[in-house]
Amino acid sequence: MSNKYLDVLKKNAMLIVLVLVFIFFTIMTKGQMFEPMQFNALITQNAYVFVLATGMLMCMLTGGNIDLSCGSFVCFLGAIGGILMCVKNLSPGVSIALMLLVGVIYGCVLGFLIAYVNIPPWIATLAGYLAFRGWGTALLSANSSTGSLSFATQPTFLSIFSGKIFSTPMGQLNVVCFVTGIVASALVVVVNFLTRANKVKKGYEADSLISVIVKSVLAVAAILLFAYKLAMSGGIPTVLIWVVVIVLIYSFITSKTNLGRYFYTIGGNAEATRLSGVDTKKIMFFAYLNMAVLTAITTYIVTARFQAANSTAGTNYEMDAIAACVVGGVSAYGGSGKVFGMVIGATLIGVINLGMSLTGVDANWQKIVKGVVLLAAVVFDIFAAKKNATK
Amino acid sequence: MSKILLEMKNITKTFPGVKALDNVNLQVEEGEIHALVGENGAGKSTLMNVLSGIYPYGTYEGDIVYDGEVCQFQTIKDSEKKGIVIIHQELALVPQMSIGENMFLGNERGRKNAINWNETYGEADKYLKMVGLSESSRVLIKDIGTGKQQLVEIAKALAKHAKLLILDEPTSSLNETDSRALLDLMLEFKKQGMTMIIITHKLNEVVYVADKITVVRDGSTVETMDCHTMEIDEDRIIKGMVGREITDRFPKRSDVKIGDVNMEVKDWTVFHPLYAERKVVDGVNFNVRQGEVVGIYGLMGAGRTELAMSIFGKSYGSDITGTLSIKGQEVNLKNPREAIDAKLAYVTEDRKGNGLVLSNPIRVNTSLANMKGVSNNGVIDADKEYQIAVEYKDKLKTKTPSVEQNVGNLSGGNQQKVLLAKWMFTSPDILILDEPTRGIDVGAKYEIYCIINDLAKEGKSVVMISSELPEVIGMSDRIYIMNEGKFVGEMKAEEATQENIMACILQSTGGGEAG
Repeated sequence: MSNKYLDVLKKNAMLIVLVLVFIFFTIMTKGQMFEPMQFNALITQNAYVFVLATGMLMCMLTGGNIDLSCGSFVCFLGAIGGILMCVKNLSPGVSIALMLLVGVIYGCVLGFLIAYVNIPPWIATLAGYLAFRGWGTALLSANSSTGSLSFATQPTFLSIFSGKIFSTPMGQLNVVCFVTGIVASALVVVVNFLTRANKVKKGYEADSLISVIVKSVLAVAAILLFAYKLAMSGGIPTVLIWVVVIVLIYSFITSKTNLGRYFYTIGGNAEATRLSGVDTKKIMFFAYLNMAVLTAITTYIVTARFQAANSTAGTNYEMDAIAACVVGGVSAYGGSGKVFGMVIGATLIGVINLGMSLTGVDANWQKIVKGVVLLAAVVFDIFAAKKNATK
Repeated sequence: MSKILLEMKNITKTFPGVKALDNVNLQVEEGEIHALVGENGAGKSTLMNVLSGIYPYGTYEGDIVYDGEVCQFQTIKDSEKKGIVIIHQELALVPQMSIGENMFLGNERGRKNAINWNETYGEADKYLKMVGLSESSRVLIKDIGTGKQQLVEIAKALAKHAKLLILDEPTSSLNETDSRALLDLMLEFKKQGMTMIIITHKLNEVVYVADKITVVRDGSTVETMDCHTMEIDEDRIIKGMVGREITDRFPKRSDVKIGDVNMEVKDWTVFHPLYAERKVVDGVNFNVRQGEVVGIYGLMGAGRTELAMSIFGKSYGSDITGTLSIKGQEVNLKNPREAIDAKLAYVTEDRKGNGLVLSNPIRVNTSLANMKGVSNNGVIDADKEYQIAVEYKDKLKTKTPSVEQNVGNLSGGNQQKVLLAKWMFTSPDILILDEPTRGIDVGAKYEIYCIINDLAKEGKSVVMISSELPEVIGMSDRIYIMNEGKFVGEMKAEEATQENIMACILQSTGGGEAG
């Protein structure tokens, strides 16, 4: 019994850590952390991490491969977008499509180099890391005297990727937002119970009724809390929709489809997967093409949030994405890791960032703390894996 | 009777949940070759790990008495200081370093912070001579064959002034000639007074070199046989290992109708993927009929795996020429997918390297080559996948608590069954089994043979590649003999004997160049 208890704790260790860290900062900031505005900030400030880390997760699954170029590519693509919209005066729709096209072209080139020419991913993307920062900055300087292109004149673009849906003033309950929260929690409960009923009906091993109830209650509490806080802060941030849709799509791909399965088996044993009739090169190609597409979406989100394209955009984003994955339990050697884990990892880092900013921790110390958290997460994973192996 | 060099008394070692060793006793006399035999998981390697200090003193119960004193080894270094040196099954050499560097790795010659290279290579050459290697110690490990690498390991052990040498499956990756040379070297060392413990699955080797044989079964020592006072043969040892007499090592196949030719290979020639001028498979012709088990016998390096993999969707080699016909239709299989779709299956010899995804459960491994069979439009039907995995687990009698168990936690025999399940689930007509029983114990071997017989009964064609003569002769309807990339003989099972197969190989060796 106590063993089972421990297992549950171990499986949800990061989630528990997340809650504890949140409570810690709430106390340290005398409740400031718990205010609606901070919930909103948590999402809008970290949306890029969720999207990029989803792409990074897919790359890492194939064998610990990473993409170092995504941060610089955000800068480059932002510059392209700025030129298209502000200098060439193209419509937002056309600009968005053209930016996506540029992303797809880069993804194809990168995927080809890595999958078919066999260039080690970190070297191929290191080239992009260096080149796109320079290229992006050069484009911006050539087209603007300040080195930055403002998107303030593009309300359509901004409304698609930033701002709030059915925005209401601060401190007033946003009905749409709260109702969405209620619907979402109802869905979670229904799905949880249906899944279990289905398993029981077919005679498979299923979680006990109590654990399903506990799980559902906790999930509903978390969703409703979030929905309430967001409702009080003015409504659903538009980026939240983007993040949720992307996370749901990739959760489905990784857990329920053949394509997703191959990402895991390639990370586990590429040669065995190839000899099982899977085109492993195509999967590798797809991983990097996918990464570039998600990087393009990140660019929309980021430029919309800052309402500008500038040369420092995307700095260290690749590292944030990798850190979110690793903290979220994605194996640095490939073959294991879940989208949900990555979401927890990204949120944890976001909470730590936010908490430290609110408590006024020095920026340098913030970096030190993040480094330690990253290391601790990996060490924890290795020890947990060892414990499991000797069982 | 000479003196007892090593005595392990009442050794008990428990891992969480399992008793790996239970009151094991082992006595080794000075100057003898002592063989440890037993099924996989019987506890042989655990016992040797206790002896060499990998499991430090205190983590086990019982005493180790070596050279008259009770030893309490904390690390491998401690046991090596006493002259107990273990050579593991997996070679522990750094490929990019020279023989000499490898030999003194962690034991460098010279002063504390500066390596004396002259002394290193000089000493290394001396030890290489002792093991009969003519290579210079400056040659890199990756440039010599596995047989020679094994000899380097032994030379490395000698350099540590070994008095008791433990060899864990030393010949598992060697061909017959290299194995024999290694065993002869052991006999040579014995003459010079060295004491050795050998762990092996190959019973003919045990009979060849051992003075005494200790059988380990389920974590206990069952018996020790003295080869000089008793009549020992392989059947006698097997009886000790499995605890009963296996009357027939190869189950009979009855009522199998051999039908039409299912697959035919003509003038098949394959070149090495990196060294484009090296012919690995040279003008091979063969066929296999429905319901037939065809054996391909050849020593390691004869080109058997290369032949099989090149047939299987050109997954090996370059510049492949020749024709492949399946059911009378000439086909051109460009990749493994096309091969699978053509009802061909290749069950690899290297199940850990390119057969299974060890970090994934049995369920995932079972469906991997036929995901279409468990999915609708690319979405996995989890129920169906689970049921298929359970069905094959039951059918092949895979021993596991659940199909959610990671394959890496299974024993070799059970891993082999999962690998077979994966390929059987692709419903092939032709199965190429590459060393299907390598590294698995006698009991599991028998079960694999039964599976092969069932496949033949279902009308499938089985091509079995093996370097174990008794297995090829016992299981095949027809045997092809392969040597140096060519097929050098074909015989019916009734005509085949170990002698005439070996004669076939000896006659052809080197003859190819002249003719």
